[in-house]
Amino acid sequence: MRLVRFWFPAVALVVPIAVLVLLSQSFAPLTVQRVVTEALIRIVAVVGLYIFVGNSGIVSFGHVTFMAIAAYAAAWQTCCQMLKPITMSGLPAFLRDNTFPLLPSALTSIAAAGALAFLSGLVLMRLSGLAASISSLALLFIVNVVYSNWESVTMGTASVVGIPTYVTAPVALVCAILAIVVAYLYQVSSRGLTLRATRDDEVAAAASGISLYWSRLFAFTLSGFVMGLAGVLHAHYLGTISINAYFLNLTFLTLAMLVVGGQRSLAGAVVGVVVLSAIIDIFRRLEAGVSVGTAQLALPAGTQELILAAVMLVILIFRKDGLMGGRELELPRGKAEPPARVQSAKNLAGAAGKT
Amino acid sequence: MTNVVQVIVDAGALGSLYALVALAIGLVFGVMRLINFAQADYATIGAYSLVVPTASITPPLMFGALPTALMVGCVIGTVILLALLTERVAFRPLRNSNPATLLISSFAVSYFLQNLVVLVHSGRPKSVGIGGSLTNAVELWGIRIPGVQLLTMGVAATLLVVLVLFLKKTPLGIQMRAAAENFQMARLLGVPANRVIAVAFAISGFLAGTVSLLLVIQTGTLDIKMGLMPVVYAFFATVIGGMGSLPGAALGGFIVGVVSVLLQTYLPTDLRPFRDAGVFALVILILLFRPQGLIVTSAARERV
Repeated sequence: MRLVRFWFPAVALVVPIAVLVLLSQSFAPLTVQRVVTEALIRIVAVVGLYIFVGNSGIVSFGHVTFMAIAAYAAAWQTCCQMLKPITMSGLPAFLRDNTFPLLPSALTSIAAAGALAFLSGLVLMRLSGLAASISSLALLFIVNVVYSNWESVTMGTASVVGIPTYVTAPVALVCAILAIVVAYLYQVSSRGLTLRATRDDEVAAAASGISLYWSRLFAFTLSGFVMGLAGVLHAHYLGTISINAYFLNLTFLTLAMLVVGGQRSLAGAVVGVVVLSAIIDIFRRLEAGVSVGTAQLALPAGTQELILAAVMLVILIFRKDGLMGGRELELPRGKAEPPARVQSAKNLAGAAGKT
Repeated sequence: MTNVVQVIVDAGALGSLYALVALAIGLVFGVMRLINFAQADYATIGAYSLVVPTASITPPLMFGALPTALMVGCVIGTVILLALLTERVAFRPLRNSNPATLLISSFAVSYFLQNLVVLVHSGRPKSVGIGGSLTNAVELWGIRIPGVQLLTMGVAATLLVVLVLFLKKTPLGIQMRAAAENFQMARLLGVPANRVIAVAFAISGFLAGTVSLLLVIQTGTLDIKMGLMPVVYAFFATVIGGMGSLPGAALGGFIVGVVSVLLQTYLPTDLRPFRDAGVFALVILILLFRPQGLIVTSAARERV
């Protein structure tokens, strides 16, 4: 029973998603299947973002950078053997002249994203919350400028095409489940709880002997790995990548999903992706035009973005903790036990001090 | 020699432009702990108000067709209204939220405004010619300096002086500085919160309107992202200078502007496209040695 209670918040997220995906695989039209696969990849990305932002309370604008790093690393290893020596002549010889198997390439790409997260985190996590947020924006811009102009290696702002596409809904589903499980295990681990303590009361946590720096750095690195996974999936799903796909728009989209769902809980991150993906898809279809009787109605292009921003603002103003209100999906408890949320972070700050 | 003077002029012009934007961001941050992303879109919308909303890439002029004084007034007035409107609609309901929430909400406001411009004006860059004679070079002591650089420096210097006088000498300015120092305490001593915050937004709108005109005169183009880079530079300027410090913001603005021009001039040609990356990396380096920024205020630290 304890085991069931422990795993319930993760299982309660995974099972409905898995059922939805399997149903869409068997019955839904191809366009819906594509939407589902995209949403699954976004779940990986937003859960990756959540691991840092949700648990630490520090907004990061730099996380899609790690997606870009991993996506390009995967592209360099797997794409277009014939064209690579011409289009990306500046690559080191072993990358330029070889094509690597998919699994090792995915793993090394994810490792590259994690390594960059660790290295940049060494610097960024020294800063206080807001300064760290702004400086994570610097990270986003640095990588964007470098990749946009490093023509001989990244093809500049042009798209890299010919990446093998093996990411289907089942593959993305497995990865989304993996990301959810990793995030869940982290947030209930002692490291995760100490970080949540710093989020709820920085001063009390520090006074209790928690190192703000190391607890944040660990989460930043871990979320870098998960973002890397999202980047690899994205590259192998689309088959084509360009650096400007990993810039402010994607940053906004992932943050909006996290905020709408509720950045303080894992369930919020997942629900946010599902809800906003649905809204986006509906408005995309409306922008493309629907026929009502004989008339063809279409919303002007750009409506979808306005709606997205408006939804996010409304949530921020009227329901600051998002749709899930910062809660996980939990089994109802007996009266004897206090609810799990109350005993979380602040008490733990005290507990950590005693050990 | 000529070259060196030219570089100094460029650095001064760009530095003072960034200092203006950084001050606008610093003022708003001081009174409500909001780092306002939408500052970029204030400038963009100010520039777009020069032309009639069409999908054309050489659109007919709207405010741009008015006589100069009226045009400047209309553009700046539009931006001030916009800034006050965003404050009233989006930021006032969130006033008691934590800075991270405010930051995200300003990101959402910015995204909203940017896509509103796309919806109304279409996303393609447009060309617009105002202040044509200003782009001609002026001959000073045998050195040719583009008129627009002189204009930028002149306007920026004037505004900086006016702003400093306003903050130091007028009652409202003193209230603003008090609010930036300790908002709770200032309120307890009778500083009206709504007015101080509204004035901060109005000033930031005024500065954004000015910057938008200077940008359009310089480049002659309208682009939905035209406000973005100056504001991103200004963000880093406020972080380098020390969050919440107004002199720090201005100083930081000058530093990033000057460094940017120096890198542009003295980097080897094939490294020049990476200039921005160099400036941002420098920002991170400075923060490595002074995580609190160059000028540390009490606002930078969490109060217990």
